[in-house]
Amino acid sequence: MVTLTIDGQEVKAKEGSTILEAALEEGIYIPTLCYYERVSPAGVCRLCSVEIFRDGHSRIVASCLYPVEEGLVVKTDTERVMNIRKMTVELLLARCPDVKVIQDLAQKFGVERTEFTLEDKKCILCGLCARVCEEIVGVAAISLVGRGTERIVNTPFLEEPGACIGCGSCAFVCPTSAIRMEDIGDTRTIYRWKRKVEFKLKQCEKCGRYWATEAQIEHMKKKTGLPGEFFEVCPNCR
Amino acid sequence: MPRVNSRAELEKLRKEIQEKRDPNKPCISVSSGTCGRAFGSERVYTAFEEEIERQGLESEIAIKKTGCLGFCERGTLVVIYPEEIFYTRVQPEDAPKVIQSVKERKVVDRLLYTDPVTGKKITYEPEIPFYKAQQRIISEANRWMDPRNIEDYVAIGGYSALSKAIFEMTPEEVLEEIKRANLRGRGGGGFPTGRKWETTKKSLGEPKYVIVNCDEGDPGAYMDRSLMEGNPHSVLEGLIIGAYTIGAHEGYVYIRNEYPLAVENLRIAVNQAEEHGLLGGNILGSGFDFRVRISRGGGAFVCGESSALMASLEGRPGEPRAKYVHAAERGLWDRPTNLNNVETWANVPQIILKGADWYRGMGTDGSKGTKIFSLVGKVNNTGLVEVPMGITLREIIYDIGGGIRDNKKFKAVQTGGPSGGFMPESLLDLRVDFDEISKVGSMMGSGGMIVMDEGTCMVDMARYFLSFLEGESCGKCIPCREGVKRMRQILTGITEGRGKEEDIELLERLSMYMAEASLCALGRTAPNPVLTSLRYFRDEYEAHIKEKRCPAKVCKELISYHIIDEKCPGCGLCVKNCPVEAITFMGKKKPVILDQSKCIKCGICFDVCKLSAIDVR
Amino acid sequence: MSEVGAILDKYQRDSSQLVSILQDVQEEYSWLPKEALTQVSKGLRIPLSRVFSVATFFKAFSLVPKGRHTVTICMGTACHVRGSLHILDRARQLFNIEPGGTTSDLKFSLESVNCLGCCALGPIMVVDGEYHGRVTTSDVGKILESCD
Repeated sequence: MVTLTIDGQEVKAKEGSTILEAALEEGIYIPTLCYYERVSPAGVCRLCSVEIFRDGHSRIVASCLYPVEEGLVVKTDTERVMNIRKMTVELLLARCPDVKVIQDLAQKFGVERTEFTLEDKKCILCGLCARVCEEIVGVAAISLVGRGTERIVNTPFLEEPGACIGCGSCAFVCPTSAIRMEDIGDTRTIYRWKRKVEFKLKQCEKCGRYWATEAQIEHMKKKTGLPGEFFEVCPNCR
Repeated sequence: MPRVNSRAELEKLRKEIQEKRDPNKPCISVSSGTCGRAFGSERVYTAFEEEIERQGLESEIAIKKTGCLGFCERGTLVVIYPEEIFYTRVQPEDAPKVIQSVKERKVVDRLLYTDPVTGKKITYEPEIPFYKAQQRIISEANRWMDPRNIEDYVAIGGYSALSKAIFEMTPEEVLEEIKRANLRGRGGGGFPTGRKWETTKKSLGEPKYVIVNCDEGDPGAYMDRSLMEGNPHSVLEGLIIGAYTIGAHEGYVYIRNEYPLAVENLRIAVNQAEEHGLLGGNILGSGFDFRVRISRGGGAFVCGESSALMASLEGRPGEPRAKYVHAAERGLWDRPTNLNNVETWANVPQIILKGADWYRGMGTDGSKGTKIFSLVGKVNNTGLVEVPMGITLREIIYDIGGGIRDNKKFKAVQTGGPSGGFMPESLLDLRVDFDEISKVGSMMGSGGMIVMDEGTCMVDMARYFLSFLEGESCGKCIPCREGVKRMRQILTGITEGRGKEEDIELLERLSMYMAEASLCALGRTAPNPVLTSLRYFRDEYEAHIKEKRCPAKVCKELISYHIIDEKCPGCGLCVKNCPVEAITFMGKKKPVILDQSKCIKCGICFDVCKLSAIDVR
Repeated sequence: MSEVGAILDKYQRDSSQLVSILQDVQEEYSWLPKEALTQVSKGLRIPLSRVFSVATFFKAFSLVPKGRHTVTICMGTACHVRGSLHILDRARQLFNIEPGGTTSDLKFSLESVNCLGCCALGPIMVVDGEYHGRVTTSDVGKILESCD
């Protein structure tokens, strides 16, 4: 265990964990957009920036990536940190002015307007969808495409469905609802990047619930090697 | 050349090679780096070769292709040995005359370099002012070597530093020497090389890696290309010594895709070194193994950043990662990795051979040794110059560079590429030193030194660097991806006459944000061109914003072209060349008429007019 | 795409060599066809999305067929200071395409590159590997006309 100080509070953290993880454990608030505890951190949004102090020097670091150190002094509420949060949100507001989550953050940090010309994007390129699809689902159907200011998240060759099994993890984790999912009857529709992708849902033999897409079940069959009959019934009824 | 299995065998071989060579036999060497070739050096070489053959002189006159000699402005360069007669602007047609002069041990006056100040012709290379003020300890070897012939490198002492390190010194002793020499990274960061080696050496984890960063991406900088093309063995030798010191057995050389000749020459060098036991398994019979792989970049400036480079080597997109844990501890494949720039590696053999004390004898307290700069832009003598640290900018630009071309006035010099800054006239006496340059807001960088004159618009230059970064940012983090875009948008607005009072404050706010919050050095240093241009040329920004005027007459939206009636004889040259037919011919001896509404400000008319009858306002 | 298999073997089907593999594929076909990328993904046992990410990240790769003639204009600082933007504008005007694109008759591909390292000769325009230095705006049309 390692002892560090966050906003004057002494915090004990597991060696190898990050400042953000330690703060969350203690209930100390640090805003994030591109962080999801079940996938690797990326340091994209920089909202989690904190100021660290050591040997009379201070430095701004991304708390989702910076490993805890014995005796580290961390502050989450300095002027530098506040300015970074404000500017980050202002840039996001200019990029995605109609996204509720960004509007809420703008209000929270006192960003009323922006001087920058407005765009109308929904995606902030946090990359959570791609990371979840690769690291948790293991399908890697989508990824970051291109480079720089024109970067997007998409499927290879922008084709659907590609390797996508319609599990909806990307929609679940997307902070701005740039990817959305709707289940109606036996059809799941995923809305992303101005496209609609439809998947047939499998119905549980016992309770009649539509519980997974057929493509998901095919994927699970391959991964587990279990026979088809196993999947005729939903997890609740097994 | 046989495989050498011991230090003694290497020295024996070296002697044999040297003895085979007659120092008095005339040798025509044609400088054949990439820019040499752009000047037509291949045709010159062929013409000489054919003429020698025609006259049956193969056994009397040798001919070889060397790497870049640095004086790029005067290509094609041909040097006659042993006298070191230096010919500039040589054409294929000059072959018979030159060969005749070599036979008679005379000189072809017409091809000699003429000093622009004294008007005198200078025969010998070391006497030319461009070279005199330099200290070419690293780049000098290019003159004597065909980079594709390892024997040339061995003949001038090549690989003796390696054998000294392996057989006379322990890895710890080599490390001490490099630390004592205070060699600092030549790629831009200026980080103490010895310290980096030490951290990698001490870190836990196997295997360890050493990497040569030849992803030279700063636009206007080509020192590394010239070294890698002209003397790849010097870089290899330094790399093997580093590997021996650190305890690495695998290495990579990462070369920009846009440098095909460097890739080719390095491949040949690696093959030859391996064939002869200087690289690969059991080097020089010492039992030390080290293998190197060549990797080409994919066309991404950001891959010059070490963690992005390593991502690319791992088969992933070149995105940098936060360097809270240094690559020296966890780098390539999470193993201890030591990455250094080409020029840094090239310094190593010299330090080992001549000692840290020799090295410390050059330079300033904080910056030892020499630095190679690509002196380009509005100077008379553009080329690659190697100078001792501590020399002033004025000496480089005027004594070596020959001053501003076309008799224009100096305005600024830029170093450090898109991460660096502008230095105005008031700083011309600044001594070139890592820390001195940082103090004034710029950065040494990899060596690009761009000279600008009164015809350069500083706002346009800031915009240029941000446009460059817009295309090169990896796009991962918000401060860089969004910040660079917005900065570029604001600057474009200013150059197009749409600037607002608040723009400067917004640029400053964005600058501070990006410098603190960006994930990697590309984003953190992106504001530097803007910040230094604001610091030293604020008046230009204000002219653009408040008066909608571009003092340097560059920004298209803010200038217009006009015919000076009194000077125009109606020759019609501009009319013929105007791509949008905006100029009308009015008959001989009558001035032409330019229609402003059609003019696209391409500047062709201004370029072609031989009578300066066109004015830019 | 028979050559792709040979290229993959040359690199021992090592997925860390993805960038070099794609470079060889591009050299073979002058661009990266979808079929080739799919084969690479299968041959290296890595997701197609990763191959696509790498192929779209690096400027050296083209996902559209290239023209018979490649025109590259250097946009390095030294060339910029000597007016390379005028040269690029002229080429864009003549071809009616943006850098990275190919004319509809597949005759010309236009590229801009960040510094070729021939700063003494700026502004530089390279046509099919041949370097033209100190190019002026009026030279552009003349040089291109000489391409068949």
